Amino acid sequence: MPLRLLRRLTGVLATLLAASFVIFAAVYAAPGDPAVFLAGGRDKLTPERLAQVRAEYHLDEPLFVQYGRWLWDCLHLDLGRSFKYSDQVADLVAARFPTTLQLVLYATVLFVVLGVGAGVLAAVKRSTWVDSAVVGATTLAASVPSFVAAIALVSLFGVRLGWFPVTGGGSGFLDTVRHLTLPALSLALGALAIVSRVTRQAMADAAASDHVEAARASGVPERDIVRRHVLRNALGPIVTMCGLVMAGMLAGTVVVETAFGLSGIGSLLVGAINTHDFPVAQAVLLLMVTGYIVVTTLVDAVHPLLDPRVKGAAG
Amino acid sequence: MTEALLETEAAPETGALLDIADLTLRVPGAARPLLDSVSLSVAPGEVVALVGESGSGKSTTAKAALGLFPPGSTASGSVRFDGTEVLGLTGERLRAHRARSVALIHQDPRAALNPVRRVGDFLVERGATRSSAVELLASVGLPDPERRVRQRPHELSGGMLQRVVIAGALAARPRLLLADEATSALDVTTQADILALLRGLRAEHGLGLLFITHDLHLAAAYCDRVYVMYAGRVVESRTAKALFTTPAHPYTRGLLSCSPTLDTHTPLHPIPGRPPSLTDTFTGCPFTTRCDQAQPTCETWHPEPVRLPDGGTAACVAVTAVGSRAAGRHGWAQPQADGTVKNGATHE
Repeated sequence: MPLRLLRRLTGVLATLLAASFVIFAAVYAAPGDPAVFLAGGRDKLTPERLAQVRAEYHLDEPLFVQYGRWLWDCLHLDLGRSFKYSDQVADLVAARFPTTLQLVLYATVLFVVLGVGAGVLAAVKRSTWVDSAVVGATTLAASVPSFVAAIALVSLFGVRLGWFPVTGGGSGFLDTVRHLTLPALSLALGALAIVSRVTRQAMADAAASDHVEAARASGVPERDIVRRHVLRNALGPIVTMCGLVMAGMLAGTVVVETAFGLSGIGSLLVGAINTHDFPVAQAVLLLMVTGYIVVTTLVDAVHPLLDPRVKGAAG
Repeated sequence: MTEALLETEAAPETGALLDIADLTLRVPGAARPLLDSVSLSVAPGEVVALVGESGSGKSTTAKAALGLFPPGSTASGSVRFDGTEVLGLTGERLRAHRARSVALIHQDPRAALNPVRRVGDFLVERGATRSSAVELLASVGLPDPERRVRQRPHELSGGMLQRVVIAGALAARPRLLLADEATSALDVTTQADILALLRGLRAEHGLGLLFITHDLHLAAAYCDRVYVMYAGRVVESRTAKALFTTPAHPYTRGLLSCSPTLDTHTPLHPIPGRPPSLTDTFTGCPFTTRCDQAQPTCETWHPEPVRLPDGGTAACVAVTAVGSRAAGRHGWAQPQADGTVKNGATHE
């Protein structure tokens, strides 16, 4: 057991290390020179001034040296200063991250409840009009880009009906929920098709097992068969897919944040990339990757609870 | 999906627990019926065997007693349990019938149990309480039952799981047990244990037992009566003793000749050919192509059960031709010195 934990932890760290290098190199390789921006624009730029700025921000050193310096600082919980705001990157991210996290969590609750619910409904009513309606509706929802969905939701529920505010993050729990409902809904819509389809298929596979027929032959009520045999045994793929979709959402909030005027890390990242704000972009990307790894590792850790045979096999 | 052509009436005078009469089951896409005019009965306290090769319709017949049919199938005839027409049951009444009256012991216990749920959950789901689950496991001879109820199927051996499945079948105190190859996958000592256990339960609770097997010798030794099935039909129905000593149908004789014995005088005779599939159709007797005593009339003779003097039936045209020559058939049980005459029924 401790050995397995150690192995998993080593794997997570190795993945993080590889990801951090890719992130650093990608931002480094992005077109445009941050030194030009840092020196205050192209107009009064002299080569001497440029060299001075480069030296000041260590931009004249080779990629690997810069990466090593950045990694060393990261390990000491120092993410550096923003080129643009001159604030500590950690403070910037800490101020923006909660909004994004709340948004993703809220969207996850929505797509898990609605997606799994629709999938269960389609699986139970397989090959009927309910099944076709669920598949059709979720496919339609997935094919609408999230910014279009956002605009539609805003004009219907925000402007016409006036049920929800159309912009801002809100303060306090209930107000936050009210403010985040429309953004979370437009974020979750695209995931509904995937999650409901995976649920439906996993349940169809589980329903074909011999033990389901055995339970039916023993007169176990249909409701119990669906809950304790079919859905229970289909949870593995469902949880995996929900975890992956949620992890993917951490990096995909920027459109919705922009549409609803939320200041989360998505909009922070886009701003940082546009202004060549290396430290901020790298920190946000690293946070997204870490979030992804944490979620998928958690999903892996949950699997032995869902299927006791997994534990035995990994021994 | 299934329709009962005969309406529900009073119980037949036989007093049988299970009475299947003229059951024909058709599925779309198959060239011939899955079951063709199957008639079968099990009395309380009786052990009845259902024997045949794979695909002969044994399991399908047994599942009919539960009102469990392949999807899309149409059934005609009647399946009565204690006077109630099972074919007419739907919804809650069908569920109650499956939950209380008849229990099926599955062929593969590992497949019949949900791998992610505990043994105790399996028993509770079938009508046991938490405390009676432990007693049930003890009663089927499973050691350490308190621990077993908390274990999951992958932690138990095949023999243990078979006992769990039997305990699950008994949990609802059914009146008829359907044992579908319940011991075929087990080693001989475990098999003997389970057979003794089932027999004991039958004596104790007056259960009817329908014992499905492909092992004719086991069936003859263990059961009161035997039905032999071929291609969805009952070809012979006899008391176990009569079947073993004077088999009337060439297929039954073929099955008996397939099994090795210590008796060196009877060499092994595999039945030529293979069992018919659902795409094969027949104008006459389905066994004609594999039968070593086939006559020209077999090609067109529609098989009908012919009553034998000892009360059994056999669906073979040769039996009609010979009529009551029981003495001649007895010749099969005592092999002739030259070993050629194996069957008095057709060798005049």
